[in-house]
Amino acid sequence: MVTLTRTTVAGRAKTRGRRHRGETLTKVLFVLPAVVAMVALFGYPVVKNLLMSLQDYGLKTFFTGVAPWVGLKNYSTVVTDKLFSDAMVNTALFTIGSIAFQFVIGLGLALFFHKKFPLSGLLRSLLLLPWLLPLIVSSATWRSILEQDSGILNRTLLKLHLIGDPVPWLNSPSVALIAVIGVNIWIGIPFNVTLLYSGLAEIPDELYEAGQLDGATGWRAFFHITWPNLRSVASVVLMLGVVYTIKVLDIILGLTGGGPANATQTLATQSYEKSFVDFKFGQGAALSNILIAISFVFAIFYLRGTRRAVDE
Amino acid sequence: MISKRIAAALAGATTVSLLLVACGDNGGQSPASSGDSVKSLTILDYYNNDPDKSLVQKGLDSCASKLGITIQRETVPGDTLIQKVLQQASSKTLPDVLMLDNPDVQQIAATGALAPLNDMGLNADGVIQGMVDATSYQGKLYGLAPVTNTIALFYNKDMLAEAGVQPPKTWDELKATAKKLTKPGRYGIAFNANATYEGSWQFLPAMWTNGGDETDLTSPQVAEALQLWVDLVKSGSASKSVINWTQGDAKDQFAAGKAAMMVNGPWQIPALEKVPNVKWDVVTFPLNKPDQTPVAPLGGEAWTVPLNKDQAKQQKAADFVKCLNSDENELAWAKARFTLPTKTALLDQYAKEVPSMKAFAEQVKTARARTGKLGDKWPDAAKVIYQAIQLALTGKASAQDAFKQASGG
Repeated sequence: MVTLTRTTVAGRAKTRGRRHRGETLTKVLFVLPAVVAMVALFGYPVVKNLLMSLQDYGLKTFFTGVAPWVGLKNYSTVVTDKLFSDAMVNTALFTIGSIAFQFVIGLGLALFFHKKFPLSGLLRSLLLLPWLLPLIVSSATWRSILEQDSGILNRTLLKLHLIGDPVPWLNSPSVALIAVIGVNIWIGIPFNVTLLYSGLAEIPDELYEAGQLDGATGWRAFFHITWPNLRSVASVVLMLGVVYTIKVLDIILGLTGGGPANATQTLATQSYEKSFVDFKFGQGAALSNILIAISFVFAIFYLRGTRRAVDE
Repeated sequence: MISKRIAAALAGATTVSLLLVACGDNGGQSPASSGDSVKSLTILDYYNNDPDKSLVQKGLDSCASKLGITIQRETVPGDTLIQKVLQQASSKTLPDVLMLDNPDVQQIAATGALAPLNDMGLNADGVIQGMVDATSYQGKLYGLAPVTNTIALFYNKDMLAEAGVQPPKTWDELKATAKKLTKPGRYGIAFNANATYEGSWQFLPAMWTNGGDETDLTSPQVAEALQLWVDLVKSGSASKSVINWTQGDAKDQFAAGKAAMMVNGPWQIPALEKVPNVKWDVVTFPLNKPDQTPVAPLGGEAWTVPLNKDQAKQQKAADFVKCLNSDENELAWAKARFTLPTKTALLDQYAKEVPSMKAFAEQVKTARARTGKLGDKWPDAAKVIYQAIQLALTGKASAQDAFKQASGG
């Protein structure tokens, strides 16, 4: 729609005066809905969140409207909190662990499905299922699967004699983070497979045929043809993955609620807890701004990366 | 050209409608009805599931017809009530009558959102002291709870008979009994020790009965109580999963025959009645030393009246709360909903009529309110309690050190 208008506008550039003003108005009217939506749905919350993080915004504020300015006190409080460094480390482990495995497994499956075989289409669409389930449903289901005594995972492993004692998946501070990352990997695989598969489909078959003549098959074909051509898609997948994963909240809340003994607290769960359990909305906002800032850094990397790809 | 104009007009219309949507929320509120005749009241509560929802509705309806008004009731899920109240507070659309969980009353009263009930002809005469503490703030009464509840020890009669043991009366007996009742696929006891206020609530019978106090969480009495939880889990008499279980999970374990005893409240009775092969009874929570008296926390919800510019409406709302707290309604709700009346005078009669609630009726008389001593500072203490429980049960700290670690900055 937009490009269509542009060409007509360009074609009539010579006609000036009233008509020109009308054109400008039309343009403005076209842009307006988007601007209003952006300002109302993105601009306002971001600005409000920034302001909130500089205020003593508590339970009382909702009733009295009074929120004294406290400068950067909320930031210093949350950063010096004893859980902050744990939450930072957990956020990093959670993000890196999830992304690494999601990507590698996703790429493997995408390559596998790229070789056409009977029922590959059906299997590939079944693979999307984890993505279609509401997160709160998947986390409740996984919670019962990972239950220490009667969960199906431990029972199966015990029956197969792979473990001697039930694994305390969600009950031990040293295992819980691994279990939570595992569930998040499961949820993220479809996203990776779908995007990487479409990236693979874009690579022209001629390249492989030409490569074959030069003796590039198997791994060599992957490293010299597939990977270079897939790189731009891969960087999009990884960057979006980071931005999605770093703020994951519902899966962790559903599985462990940040426990046991705060072993699975991340910046996102901490921010939620400060705001909606402790009702210290100023501190919650400060934490979520830190989270936004980290995502923003990755977003900039992503934008620069894609711009360079376009320039090339 | 024409189509372009239409498109532009449509684009403009979209903007207008977006703006309208944004403003729509404020348009709905009609100006406060002035004058003497109050025709209707709005009510907000969190009994959003049957049977509670319709049983509460009956009580509300009968009071509405007594006062000659109609009611508009809204119910929301329990964990979203406070968020809803905050939203309504900032948009000045609080209901005329508001139900609050009793430990939240002081916190909301501290914000200045609620009307003191004493000024409108209400009092808490004859109400158990624990509940009066919970619903008062700085010497004024802000809410009245018609019914209350607490937690005690449920046990599976068949399993105890089979093992040849009596329901435990002391902590040593509790540990021994739980151990004896544990077999493959079954735990001696189930309770909730998760990292929420619910986990703190379940710990209070042990902590308070042993003389522990939320004003000094590093006392040896509190540590001893925590040691009881640790012993039960370490010995294998309780599942390691208790650190993730809710009270509902504990009930599910008990109902499935996977736990021989559980710490839980009477609101689980309707669910237990659906599994008739599980024969159960309830005793008060065991004591550490025989000369102690059991002290359990008080549950249940209070009805409050948010401040209203319309004085007549506020008075009518107060009258409505008074009616909900009449003897008649207290008994009706208590019987129908497996809760307990909050007036001491009604408790004995009630225990005779509903024998399954006998242990709870006993517990309630001596029960304490969570906010009784700390008021609106209770949530901070409750957080330290559940974090200490988590530290101790996961072996990250000993019961003696856990509270120091959890509270130390």
